Amino acid sequence: MNIDHFKPLTVYTIYIASTPEKVWEALTSAEFSRKYFFGNTVEIDLRIGGAYIVRTPDGALHIRGEVVECVPYRKLSFTFNVNWPELLEKLGATLVSYEIEPAGGAVRLTMTESHDRPLDDDILSGGRQGWPAILSSLKSLLETGEPLVVKMAPPARMLAALKKLGIKTP
Amino acid sequence: MGKPEFIYVTYIETTPEKLWHALTDGDFTTRYWFGARLRSDWKVGSSFEMVRSNGTVSDAGKVVEYDPPRRLAYTFVNLSDKYKTDFPALATFTLEPYGKLVKLTLTHEGFAEGSKFYSGISKGWPAILSSLKSILETGKPLEIPFEALKMEA
Repeated sequence: MNIDHFKPLTVYTIYIASTPEKVWEALTSAEFSRKYFFGNTVEIDLRIGGAYIVRTPDGALHIRGEVVECVPYRKLSFTFNVNWPELLEKLGATLVSYEIEPAGGAVRLTMTESHDRPLDDDILSGGRQGWPAILSSLKSLLETGEPLVVKMAPPARMLAALKKLGIKTP
Repeated sequence: MGKPEFIYVTYIETTPEKLWHALTDGDFTTRYWFGARLRSDWKVGSSFEMVRSNGTVSDAGKVVEYDPPRRLAYTFVNLSDKYKTDFPALATFTLEPYGKLVKLTLTHEGFAEGSKFYSGISKGWPAILSSLKSILETGKPLEIPFEALKMEA
């Protein structure tokens, strides 16, 4: 998949007292992700073209995509398309990249959410609300052994913007 | 393109009071802020400074809001020649209780167009606020060498 025309619209950087290997494992393992990703599980086939799947706690398909870049312990990029009718058709694909870099006694994790077209802030607000909570909890999990309990209301602003575009949300 | 603005949100397992102390106590800030001691009497309109371990002042501005433990705002700019075309920009911290956590939101705005300082703070804040979260949750700050931020020369 050619990702040259995707542009970063949301970037979040966090430093974690851990190793690149442990951060990679936390990002790619179902067991870990369940703890910090609002109870969702990530299943990922770690090769270019491999499937990326997120399931809700009840097992339903929530997000699907495919792996675009995979450099173990360094960089992972994949499409990240929420499974709502017409979302992909109307907004285009979402691309998520994780970059992992050593930074002294810590690891710098940079999440970049990119899109192939301009999107307004209302649409992007869902990700901008979710990523800081998910990655703050991931950091706590790796540093303390316990994730954060972040009980987050649904992203009302984004859902209203999607509804206006005729995209059906649960 | 509008003027640049930097927004950073993190969730910390602590209380608003402990977080407020961590953001305003000069002895505490030296532990997680690349050694910087924040110095101010925290009265609105008073001077605000970041002091290096050798006693020299690296950044300066003014206190704009002080409403413990909810809202803190100050302006500052780095005093080095590198940023001589920049002026002080406004950093506002809001602390919101969030279940057993505190949601910390930093908004840094009011930069000049094409600000070099904006590019510097965009690299600095994630490291400082990540280390702040670590020290409050684990008692230990992060060990991040300043060079690891890859600031432009």
